[in-house]
Amino acid sequence: MSELIRWSAAELAERLTAGDVSSVEAVRAHVDRIAEVDPDVHAFLHVAGDAALARAEQIDRQRADGAELGPLAGVPIAIKDVLCTKDMPSTAASRILEGWIPPYDATPVARLRAAGLVPLGKTNMDEFAMGSSTEHSAYGPTRNPWDLTRIPGGSGGGSAAAVAAFEAPVALGSDTGGSIRQPAAVTGSVGVKPTYGGVSRFGAIALASSLDQVGPVSRAVLDAALIHDVIGGHDPLDATSIPDAWPSMAAAAREGAASGSLAGVRVGVVRQLNGDGFQAGVRQRFAEALERMAAAGAEVVEVEAPNFEHAISAYYLILPAEASSNLAKYDSVRFGLRVEQAGSTTEQMMARSREAGFGPEVKRRIILGTYALSAGYYDAYYGSAQQVRTLVQRDFDAAFEQVDVLVSPSTPTTAFPLGQKVDDPMAMYLNDVTTIPANLAGVPGMGLPIGLAPEDGLPVGLQIMAPARQDARLYRVGAVVEALLEAEWGGPLLAQAPQLGGTRSPLQFAATPGTAPAAGTGTEPDGGTR
Amino acid sequence: MATDVLMGFDEALERYEPVLGFEVHVELSTATKMFSSAPNPAAAGAESAQPNTMVAPVDMGLPGALPVVNAQAVRYSISLGLALGCSIAPSSRFARKNYFYPDLGKNYQISQFDEPIAFEGSVEVELEDGSQLTVPIERAHMEEDAGKLTHVGGATGRIQGADHSLVDYNRAGVPLVEIVTKPIYGAEHRAPEIAKAYVATIRDIVRSLGISEARMERGNLRCDANVSLRPRGQQALGTRTETKNVNSLRSVERAVRYEIQRQAAILAAGGSITQETRHWHEDTGTTSAGRPKSDADDYRYFPEPDLLPVRPAPELIEELRAALPESPAVFRRRLQADYGFSDSEFRDIVNAGVLAELQETIAEGAAPAQARKWWLGEILRIANARGVDAGSLVSPLHVSELIALTENGDLTDRLARQVLEHVVAGEGSPEHVVAARGLKVVSDDTALIAAIDAALAGQPDVLQKIRDGKVQAAGAVIGAVMKAMRGQADAARVRELVLERASA
Amino acid sequence: MPDAPAVITVADVQHLAGLSRIALSAEEVEHLAGELTQIVESVRRVQQVVTPDVPATSHPLPLEGAPRPDVVGLVLTQEQVLSGAPAARDGRFVVPAILGEEQ
Repeated sequence: MSELIRWSAAELAERLTAGDVSSVEAVRAHVDRIAEVDPDVHAFLHVAGDAALARAEQIDRQRADGAELGPLAGVPIAIKDVLCTKDMPSTAASRILEGWIPPYDATPVARLRAAGLVPLGKTNMDEFAMGSSTEHSAYGPTRNPWDLTRIPGGSGGGSAAAVAAFEAPVALGSDTGGSIRQPAAVTGSVGVKPTYGGVSRFGAIALASSLDQVGPVSRAVLDAALIHDVIGGHDPLDATSIPDAWPSMAAAAREGAASGSLAGVRVGVVRQLNGDGFQAGVRQRFAEALERMAAAGAEVVEVEAPNFEHAISAYYLILPAEASSNLAKYDSVRFGLRVEQAGSTTEQMMARSREAGFGPEVKRRIILGTYALSAGYYDAYYGSAQQVRTLVQRDFDAAFEQVDVLVSPSTPTTAFPLGQKVDDPMAMYLNDVTTIPANLAGVPGMGLPIGLAPEDGLPVGLQIMAPARQDARLYRVGAVVEALLEAEWGGPLLAQAPQLGGTRSPLQFAATPGTAPAAGTGTEPDGGTR
Repeated sequence: MATDVLMGFDEALERYEPVLGFEVHVELSTATKMFSSAPNPAAAGAESAQPNTMVAPVDMGLPGALPVVNAQAVRYSISLGLALGCSIAPSSRFARKNYFYPDLGKNYQISQFDEPIAFEGSVEVELEDGSQLTVPIERAHMEEDAGKLTHVGGATGRIQGADHSLVDYNRAGVPLVEIVTKPIYGAEHRAPEIAKAYVATIRDIVRSLGISEARMERGNLRCDANVSLRPRGQQALGTRTETKNVNSLRSVERAVRYEIQRQAAILAAGGSITQETRHWHEDTGTTSAGRPKSDADDYRYFPEPDLLPVRPAPELIEELRAALPESPAVFRRRLQADYGFSDSEFRDIVNAGVLAELQETIAEGAAPAQARKWWLGEILRIANARGVDAGSLVSPLHVSELIALTENGDLTDRLARQVLEHVVAGEGSPEHVVAARGLKVVSDDTALIAAIDAALAGQPDVLQKIRDGKVQAAGAVIGAVMKAMRGQADAARVRELVLERASA
Repeated sequence: MPDAPAVITVADVQHLAGLSRIALSAEEVEHLAGELTQIVESVRRVQQVVTPDVPATSHPLPLEGAPRPDVVGLVLTQEQVLSGAPAARDGRFVVPAILGEEQ
């Protein structure tokens, strides 16, 4: 394995600028890595390969010609398949969009390209971002690089696994109820859901329009900040895009890392997001992280957010309702899968195409959302859920009057085995209990690794939330926490991840879900955080 | 299609009281669409385009596409709301109306549902006898148009019996304002007339505001007419029908009359009215049953999450209010004085629904009397014969051109009528028709004299009679000359020349 | 309705599948009726926690945005419009016979 793929995006960018390495070398190293490990991990649905190399070559030539290039020019990046790319299929991991190539780039993708980043390919996800395990992809699940029998989180399991398996230094994700933060937690990576409206949704295949946000996925807080700076900011193509100017997230991250101090920072622990239902090792690492933060000068207090416990109910009414409408466009008339029989009407053609093109979770949510919006039920369900949303926002407002940031474990548990919850929707939905409130209120949230759970040696994540528009605060605080912990660990947590590739055949891991692997994790039982 | 039993109109009115309501859709003539920056096919002066060439991603519901509200459409909507005497909502919002239909790319229509931009207004409508009626307006809201379907394989081009359909999304996303009236009571026997006058007034208002091309035959202005009947003395409203596809002023009038007669016959026979959509058929002058209202109409409205509420600045509303043109009624009185028409002359113009055309024709340079002569004469005659609105036949610019050609002697009245026929047939401008068909008056005396000499030589007896002073005999020669000139000569000049040559 | 147990019947699912244009199999309908009953039973408690005085929130942030100027911008070519079409002819999309009517 080339050492290059272990570098952070920031480090790679510096070496590209210095001329120590070319973009072609960087891209080739990652493409090779994908060829080596992706048969096991299955993080990618499409690999750009030659197109990526051609783009890298172009950037190297521009650099050689002395052109003005952005600081990240030449850095490869993986893109969640929910984002439209005009040169790669964009399917949202659904059969119904198999092979569809949009005539435009999503705004975040267009901005990445303009900044000289090189798209490596499209990453796997739960179909239309509905799920928490990437098992609902129509093209087969992604596996967790820490343990190939376990889920990588979802819906953005592909992007998280890609960075965790060193197949890409950075990636783009989208987060509707935790789809960036939860995969980050279970793969030991970093992910940020920006403030709603902070990053354009144009070209992001919509799940729930009032909840969706595109954000960065990485192995380091600074890398996420660098990508955030590229993709963020006002976009006239998205009416819900915030018109204000934003401070530099990267500057905030660098400032945090340099200071190493949380003096004067008031940290609120949300009592409702750290309960008995949480795995012991998760609670333990979370408590330790709080101790480190306090030691660095933070004032750590417990805060109440009583309505957060209703957030998940509201979410599973609002999301399906909006999704049922957003997904109506997949009707086989203008694009996508068509199933037609001789003599069938347009109505029948639409219904058969949708039956064949959508997976079970998508159908479940469409039917549920249709129910929540239908005549006679709107007030009781959708209307009440929107009122709960107001209560959740009030809880955030009250909490942020007392503290600067809120924290919780990113997820109640570490990565669970593939297959464990795929047929139990309610159990799957409960994975999002910690991450959903931020989406309902539109506030930004970050997930970053805080160690391995002693009982299973799997990564545990910390979620940090800030008031709306205060994304920079996340990067500052996150960078401090990261620096403190990495100093203790002697390097990034992902350095402790098991080796991938080489001897393993993918078939070995298509075995019975839930069976612990006899070998292959190679993790110390006690994760080495102390 | 089954033939409906109709009751005589007067009898129907004797037994039942009609209650009317209208939903008028106005296509705004903005440069771009309601929610996308694709060109608007209903824009001022837009030419017809190839299918699917005026489409942005959101108009055809492509994944990832997002709607963004057109500021000019909002301004136009506010102006229209103000002209309808409505209050303008400080905050209104869009909702999604969810239903599957292949002309609707997203399979939902973005419309205003519970919070329209304009509400509670009224419109003064002038009837044929000069009396005024106030039509109460419930609301005017913004929405987007759907695409266009062409049904192939059926005998009639209608949806029934078609083998398949073709979809063009050029019209999808065209900005619409839907104007909804409150129930209109007391229309009585004037109900059909009121219907027509109301729609004509809306048309005049949007034209005076300059916010729509307002051509009914092109679908810029579309009327759904709601009609219900209740037995005399009954308080509760009867079941209503909604007649769609009414594409001319004349049809509005006829459709309302037809529905009153049809419903009355059913009620009198002890039947009940089905609440349904009915389709107007221009060719047969009848309506046919469409889709009954049912729970399939569960549109699952919810606030459009992709769009923010519309909050026009109070200064903008006041600016638009100050810029409103005078009301059509005031405007008409001023026009009548300017043009020097008598009350009855002017009323004929208004009742024929050609005031706007007349006005534009005069603006193009024609004399008011000439413009009136053409619009109320030959053009109206053709329109009535074909059962269409006069304005749909020919443009005011072409009429003024035609008038100019007669004024300067290039065309006789008779030739001008011929030229008009060709213009109506779509052969181009009058100038173009005259040139292409060689219809110009022959004003070259040499050509006329040659024809006269030939005619005189062929009829020596007539020549003699003229020379004998029997001038009326010249008629035969004039006829022969006109025939030889294929009518393209001024008969008075021919007569002069005939007498001149005969005495030479 | 709010206090009665939420039960989503097979007939409900069939109706909802019709509204959402999905030709579910009989087995799927059966299965979904059970699952949705369970899900709705759980999420319906949102009704109990709100009082009428709480306003509904449909946008996460109270944003103010300027509408778009009326200037022609992004427009697709006919080729792009039809690039994903399952069936097209004469520059238009082709669909089989339509049963319903325009709204």
